[in-house]
Amino acid sequence: MTWLEIGSIEEIPRLGSRVIKTPAGDIAVFRDARDEVYALEDRCPHKGGPLSQGIVFDRRVACPLHNWIIDLESGMATGADHGCARGYPVRVIAGSVHVNI
Amino acid sequence: MQREKLVLVGNGMAGVRTLEELLKLMPEKFDITVFGDEPCGNYNRILLSPVLTGEKTIDQIMLNDERWYRENRITLHKGRKVTRIDRLRRQVLAEEGTAAEYDRLILALGSEPFVLPVPGAGLPGVISFRNIHDVDLMIEATRQFRNAVVIGGGLLGLEAAHGLMARGMQVTVVHLLDTLMERQLDKPAAELLRNSLELRGLKFLLGKETAAILGEKRVKGLRFKDGAEIAADLVVMAAGIRPNIALARSAGIYCERGIVVNDTMQTYDPRIYAVGECAEHRRQTYGLVAPLFEQAKVCANQLAQFGFASYKGSVTSTKLKVTGIDLFSAGNYLGDADSDELIFKDAAQGVYKKLVIANNRIKGAVLYGDTIDGTWYFQLMRDATDISAIRDNLLFGKAHVGSAGHGAAAGRIAQAPDDTEVCGCNGVCKGEIVRAITANNLFTLDQVRAHTKASASCGSCTGLVEELMASTLGSGYSETPRKKPLCACTDFNHEEVRVAIVANALKSIPEVRRFLDWRTPDGCHACRPAINYYLLCAWPDEYQDDVQSRFINERIHANIQKDGTYSVVPRIFGGITTAAQLRAIADAADKFKVPTVKITGGQRIDLLGVKKEDLPGIWGELGKAGFISGHAYGKALRTVKTCVGSEWCRFGTQDSTTMGIRLEEMSWGSWMPHKFKMAVSGCPRNCAEATIKDFGVVAVESGWELHIGGNGGVKVRATDLLCKVTTEAEVLEYCAAFLQLYREEARYLERTAPWIERIGLAYIKGRIVEDRRDRKALAERFMESQKHMQIDPWAGLTNNPDRRAFIPIKPVRMSPDEATVEA
Ligand code: SRM
Ligand SMILES: Cc1cc2nc3c(=O)[nH]c(=O)nc-3n(C[C@H](O)[C@H](O)[C@H](O)COP(=O)(O)OP(=O)(O)OC[C@H]3O[C@@H](n4cnc5c(N)ncnc54)[C@H](O)[C@@H]3O)c2cc1C
Ligand code: SF4
Ligand code: FES
Repeated sequence: MTWLEIGSIEEIPRLGSRVIKTPAGDIAVFRDARDEVYALEDRCPHKGGPLSQGIVFDRRVACPLHNWIIDLESGMATGADHGCARGYPVRVIAGSVHVNI
Repeated sequence: MQREKLVLVGNGMAGVRTLEELLKLMPEKFDITVFGDEPCGNYNRILLSPVLTGEKTIDQIMLNDERWYRENRITLHKGRKVTRIDRLRRQVLAEEGTAAEYDRLILALGSEPFVLPVPGAGLPGVISFRNIHDVDLMIEATRQFRNAVVIGGGLLGLEAAHGLMARGMQVTVVHLLDTLMERQLDKPAAELLRNSLELRGLKFLLGKETAAILGEKRVKGLRFKDGAEIAADLVVMAAGIRPNIALARSAGIYCERGIVVNDTMQTYDPRIYAVGECAEHRRQTYGLVAPLFEQAKVCANQLAQFGFASYKGSVTSTKLKVTGIDLFSAGNYLGDADSDELIFKDAAQGVYKKLVIANNRIKGAVLYGDTIDGTWYFQLMRDATDISAIRDNLLFGKAHVGSAGHGAAAGRIAQAPDDTEVCGCNGVCKGEIVRAITANNLFTLDQVRAHTKASASCGSCTGLVEELMASTLGSGYSETPRKKPLCACTDFNHEEVRVAIVANALKSIPEVRRFLDWRTPDGCHACRPAINYYLLCAWPDEYQDDVQSRFINERIHANIQKDGTYSVVPRIFGGITTAAQLRAIADAADKFKVPTVKITGGQRIDLLGVKKEDLPGIWGELGKAGFISGHAYGKALRTVKTCVGSEWCRFGTQDSTTMGIRLEEMSWGSWMPHKFKMAVSGCPRNCAEATIKDFGVVAVESGWELHIGGNGGVKVRATDLLCKVTTEAEVLEYCAAFLQLYREEARYLERTAPWIERIGLAYIKGRIVEDRRDRKALAERFMESQKHMQIDPWAGLTNNPDRRAFIPIKPVRMSPDEATVEA
């Protein structure tokens, strides 16, 4: 278990996302309107679309390729779709974001 | 804060719906007390008909059981009739002395069945058809007796008759007039209906006026004005309803036919509201649920003190809930001196369709035997869609109106086999959709989308899915198609949102959401881009674009590809380039190791497979050679295709290439509801395919023909001719005016082709060709907005030191265990 400190929460746009390259692959780090931060593998369970590029709303992101809606907390696809993007624990300490990989 | 007291009298469909709407908006505002004189919670009254036939049970039609009241902390006094309203003390008083004080009062008293004032009307065995108690009595009677007479050949009477017959009685329907359902049907449709009901065993006595009901201890028969008599052990009076106004009138509240309310559903006493069948609004009372639900929404909005919703009256449609009989009626189905009729009749097949048309709009409809297009006609009617372009095929239904490109699914979807693919994007077949609708009781398009994904992507099959819903739900329940909301976060539609933005000077997305009372905290991927566009269009000089509300392509000004890389398409004005420019593109492609270089269908060059982090770099390279973004990714001006024209071509009549370049120079950078394509051809041979473009120009000897509303995509549509002009300046002015009209009035993600079909060519001609001042004003607004739009986004992003959006974050530190992090 390794905590990656990725810097200030301000690096991630509100209702947006940034990518971190890690040995485990690309991880998308999202920030919602309430400044909660979530981390998911940057691969949509549908056809591998980069979730980091989607539109973030509520606690969800719409995949940019075909609009699957992925729950940021669980990584699960919502609605009629089935699949799951792997999630990673996140914590914010003094405004700095840490992702556990 | 002290809660205010809200009292509802009338525990029925309109009243409880108002409470539901209110609880969604402001669950904490009121302490709520409900009085109802029926002995149970709130049930779906319209489903009493299937309960009578035995197709449903009472349990299945309960909408709000007593637990619901408890969970929402509502005090329910059931089986209590309110007898007095004391407006001075602001109190309502019920039988047996129960009383409640109110700050606000809602009257939702429904109607009373009209009982014919004839001798014997009070005899046992004479009942109405209004509530659970009546249905119990009827079912009870079917067990002991054989002959039933239903007085009234309207909707309610026929449903009662059908139900009693289904339970084995001999039923005769007596009707004063000589046609059935005269408030919904014209003569030919009424005849067809009578025939098929007769075939099922119902008897009719039309043109008969009841003079007396015979019997001593219990009803025995009926006598008519002409002296004839008929035996009956059960008489159901379904001769109409009367709004329940006695309570209000006795409290001095102004009533006419109903309790008179204004557009905010307030009676003459502003603390007292009235909704549902008991209310009279603009001289109109309603006896169907769809309008009542609209009223409930407005009333709740007012009670929550949002204060912006208002009720403007409803257009209604009806279906008859008799299994196996398909009948639909809406609007002014009889027509008048100013209207035309389109009629189709095939008596052998039992099919009759009539549309009443005035001013190129549908004003009314009667469908019998084939009602699949009912919802579609109704939508066209409510939207006042100009139907001139589809008039020839209108009667044959939606499936026959310009569905080119839909292949197999274009047939009548209801009759198609189960494995017909309906949604090509998500590969969803008809059978799957039908199963989802029935298994999960789906009622709205959004629900079907969520469950099946059908029509959730490009949306071109939305109509088919709606048809399937109509045919699957069938006679189950005739909820009016509402105006389509913008997305699931709101009930407002595109037009209402746009109007609200301009009228109330709303200048940011959160402001719009707050003002219009969005259900979700940050909107969704459907509404945010739309609102962002509407704001940009309304306030070109002020609005701060919200990047996070744009699709990825528009956020980073490149097209995302299936592997997460991007494509880069520089603008090549009018398709004219130079050797030097081509060299620069080649160099950029080399430098960034672009895997694929393609000539596009729009006369441009596409560099495909560029990594996100390389985008600013390659743009920088291209920028040095003078290229700007081609907006190949945007809801914006795409290409202006041109042909070689009079410069080279032996047939060319005008310089189409230069015209194309001028048009592109004028309009690049402008954001639109959807992508916008143009083309200019040098002669009517039309090598630039101008007649399938959003705005197409075709040169002729004497000038330029301007064409609009073409589309070459999912559904091919050739343009309509707008007009002919002579000078280049005119072409530019007309084009700018058309662009601006489209920008200001089309719905987000609506291309010009469907937009024109919706609003009609005549409207556009009126504003752009016939009204010179309007055209100039539109063109001016376009040019003004362009001052703020023509900023090359590539240059902006290349030179911006903050390129963070394009590059991955670098971790600052990696800590294998907790301690180091905490330190
Ligand atoms: C690149 C190109 C194909 C090619 O290699 O030739 C292309 C590629 C795409 N088209 Fe197209 N279309 C291309 C010309 C066309 C044309 C022909 C034309 O413009 O002359 C049409 C039919 C004409 C029309 O639009 O009326 C066309 C009709 C569509 C449609 C259907 C639009 C419709 O209203 O029915 C879509 C889907 C959409 O926009 O929702 C689409 C969408 C797309 C998208 C953006 C799909 C997507 O969302 O990712 C493709 C982007 C690929 C990329 O990254 O570049 N493309 N597309 C063409 C780019 C032209 C350009 O230089 O800008
Ligand atoms: C058999 C049947 C079939 C129908 N089919 C359709 C259909 O297919 N489509 C359609 O759109 N519409 C249909 N309707 C009409 C629809 O049911 C009504 O328009 C709707 O229920 C009216 O709602 P409301 O709240 O105004 O009145 P109601 O639902 O009647 O509610 C009023 C309530 O107030 C109570 N009340 C009245 N006075 C007092 C008082 N003084 N104190 C306490 N309580 C009181 C009444 O008992 C009643 O419970 C049908 C109606 C019937 C009866
Ligand atoms: S037709 Fe257009 S959208 Fe379809 S695959 Fe080709 S480029 Fe993509
Ligand atoms: S890859 Fe994400 S929706 Fe298709």
